[in-house]
Amino acid sequence: MSLETLKEAKRIMEICNSCRYCEGFCAVYPAMELRRTFRDDDLKFLANLCHNCRDCYYACQYAPPHEFKINVPQTFAELRLNTYQQAAAPKIFKGMFNNNGKMVFIVHILSILIVWAATLLFQNSEQIFGTHLGPNAFFQVISYSMMVVPISILSVLLMAGMLMSFNNFWQMIGGKRQELMDFGSHRQAIKDALSLKYLSGGGHGCNYPDEHFSKIRRNFHHATFYGFMLCFASTISAALYHHFLHLPSPYPIFSFPVLSGSIGGLALLIGTSGLLYLKTRMDPEPASENTAGMDFGFLISLFLTSLTGLLLLILRETPLMGSLLVIHIGVVVGLFITMPYGKFVHGIYRYAALVRNANEQAKEAS
Amino acid sequence: MVSENLQKVDLSQDWDVLVIGGGNAALCAAMTAQENGARVLLLEGAPKTSRGGNSRHTRNLRYMHRKANSHLTGPYHEDEFWDDLLRVTKGETNEDLARLTIRQSEDIGLWMADHGCIFQPSMRGTLSLSHTNGFFLGGGKALVNSYYLTAEKLGVKILYEAMVNNLNIRDGRFESAELTIGEKHHSVSAKSIVVASGGFQANLDWLKRYWGDAAENFIVRGTPFNRGRMLEVLLENKAKPAGDERQCHAVAIDARAPKFDGGIVTRLDCVPFGVVVNRDAVRFYDEGEDFWPKRYAIWGRLVAQQPNQIAYSIIDSKSINLFMPSVFPPIQADSLQELASKLELEPKTLQSTIQIFNDAVQTGDFDSSILDNCTTKGLNIPKSHWARAIDTPPFYGYPLRPGITFTYLGVAINQNAQVLMQDEKPFKNIFAAGEVMAGNILGQGYLAGFGMTIGTVFGRIAGKEAALCR
Repeated sequence: MSLETLKEAKRIMEICNSCRYCEGFCAVYPAMELRRTFRDDDLKFLANLCHNCRDCYYACQYAPPHEFKINVPQTFAELRLNTYQQAAAPKIFKGMFNNNGKMVFIVHILSILIVWAATLLFQNSEQIFGTHLGPNAFFQVISYSMMVVPISILSVLLMAGMLMSFNNFWQMIGGKRQELMDFGSHRQAIKDALSLKYLSGGGHGCNYPDEHFSKIRRNFHHATFYGFMLCFASTISAALYHHFLHLPSPYPIFSFPVLSGSIGGLALLIGTSGLLYLKTRMDPEPASENTAGMDFGFLISLFLTSLTGLLLLILRETPLMGSLLVIHIGVVVGLFITMPYGKFVHGIYRYAALVRNANEQAKEAS
Repeated sequence: MVSENLQKVDLSQDWDVLVIGGGNAALCAAMTAQENGARVLLLEGAPKTSRGGNSRHTRNLRYMHRKANSHLTGPYHEDEFWDDLLRVTKGETNEDLARLTIRQSEDIGLWMADHGCIFQPSMRGTLSLSHTNGFFLGGGKALVNSYYLTAEKLGVKILYEAMVNNLNIRDGRFESAELTIGEKHHSVSAKSIVVASGGFQANLDWLKRYWGDAAENFIVRGTPFNRGRMLEVLLENKAKPAGDERQCHAVAIDARAPKFDGGIVTRLDCVPFGVVVNRDAVRFYDEGEDFWPKRYAIWGRLVAQQPNQIAYSIIDSKSINLFMPSVFPPIQADSLQELASKLELEPKTLQSTIQIFNDAVQTGDFDSSILDNCTTKGLNIPKSHWARAIDTPPFYGYPLRPGITFTYLGVAINQNAQVLMQDEKPFKNIFAAGEVMAGNILGQGYLAGFGMTIGTVFGRIAGKEAALCR
């Protein structure tokens, strides 16, 4: 944990708290106003409540070159990265956040290579490079158990890692167990999260990629998030079809798994490319160089997941299906492994901060 | 960046309207003139990152309205507005211009919103003004940012780091302006000019004319670019002055504030909760005379009159959480002696000042929300309210210095925002808006958000009238 970053966050919040001009933008400033002094847990909570909309940076009369050098989005981005690292469990995975972009890249390459190697090991090349039509086509390349068993084990392990990390995080931001049990706080937090309420600068958009107010980033984020959820739903429904309806894949175009998967994949493709494009165009001043690798890594991983998935759908009746399936599964495994140890956690932790915030503000109101 | 900026603007052409300044008044004038068909060039002395003059430190604007709206409660009629102005200025105002400002401010929020201003609904910190003042989402810099974007969209040409040094005025007519951009000197001619470049409060040499060397110790709360050059040029060209040249709006702020541009965060609200001593560790004024918002401007002057223009507000742990946090942490000590040495005050004198004060404190019911009955008895300098013994460590000290917000001296104008000559005749094509003419209306005192009202109303008038000089 970088003490410098914490110190800087404290310095900034003390100045912000004696100004308060930004209180209309998002949840961070009203939460800040509930405090006079800032403990480490307060700062980590506020940093994760920040949605990085940058409105406060452009509105700040104390932003650089002013000698106060207030840069809330940059400082909080760095502090968030520190909290991700500090919360990561088991401990040996903390290193994943040291150079996250590179780590995510390596994990993906390894995943693809391992899936390839395993496929080559257990399958003859005629099967891999052949054309497969009809029921269970995918399993002609990678057998059902080879596909489901390792991924299920991996999922369970990663879920456990995520839960442990979340537990660490919740304690780190000063959260209490009973706050987590408060239904009303969750209801509010879900509303705030699903609408990205605080990525909208009091309803007028973020200052992203530059000083103009714009909703473009929020729209791309929505496409990414809901696209991801649709893909998730597609995967779950396919599993249900297979196990309970005993319907073997591949499914027809107008089935739920394929429809939700293709719409979701398309949305994910558009959302992630949009966010990636905006990143290359954004004003670098309010950004943190330290988080760039992590941000790009996650977006590219999601982009490749959707791209390979869609290609697989389009080319599933050609000899390329086998290779694409292997690459797609490889990318998905890479995405899975890096989820608790990469940018994905921002969603979970920001949700936790929103719960804490809803709880706090409700107490304040009563 | 400066030269890149210059390439887009042809300085040799004859402009319709030249706007000097880059704050609220200048932007309102530029947008209005452009909308009235003029080709407008706006010259901002500051670099882009520090643009906007003192407007970037503001947060709200007071305007007349007959009905509640999305960000204001209840009606605020002309008479109430006028009464508020009369109370703070004690009659030091030009009633015609003041009433014009008030009337023209009616529902000005709509015009502002049309030009990019986003108002926010009243929140915790702003409720006390929710009936009179509209608050800009994100504050004055956000407003200025939006105005610049709108101005550019309308076609106003903008140059940053463009310092105007002189105006060529012949027979009561403006002909051209002399300016430097970077190292380079330029001359720009235009059919009319709007001067909206603020007061001279950042020019310590000028302040010294009235305050002597004491001005060296003043802190300038706003932009370092308001050095009053345009005001000086107009006065040299026989413009009629308005407002008392000796007066400035000065409040007591944290002495550790930056010399310039410290803005809102350097204010201190602790004075009514303790005692204030000067360098000699003695008290010099009633700290509890009235609520702080009604007294902070008096304290700027009071501190300015103390030796070395410094004072120290001293409170104890009973009071530390009673006021808004400020940017610098208090100086803290477990005994008064230790505090004195940290503040470089004579410990014995400080202890005795506090002892005498503590002994004079009468028992009462402390209540910071009203003018309570906690007073002192038998002191030459009493404390009328909120007087409690300073006896519970840790003790805290905040150093205070005078912080200048703005100066009152400006140029006299008429209802068309035309600058007047000493014989009361207007310069045909010279207009003024904002702080440089606010002294006509705000002769003394201060009314929250009213500087922005004057700037917006007269910026619009000046822009419209200047556009007609074609």
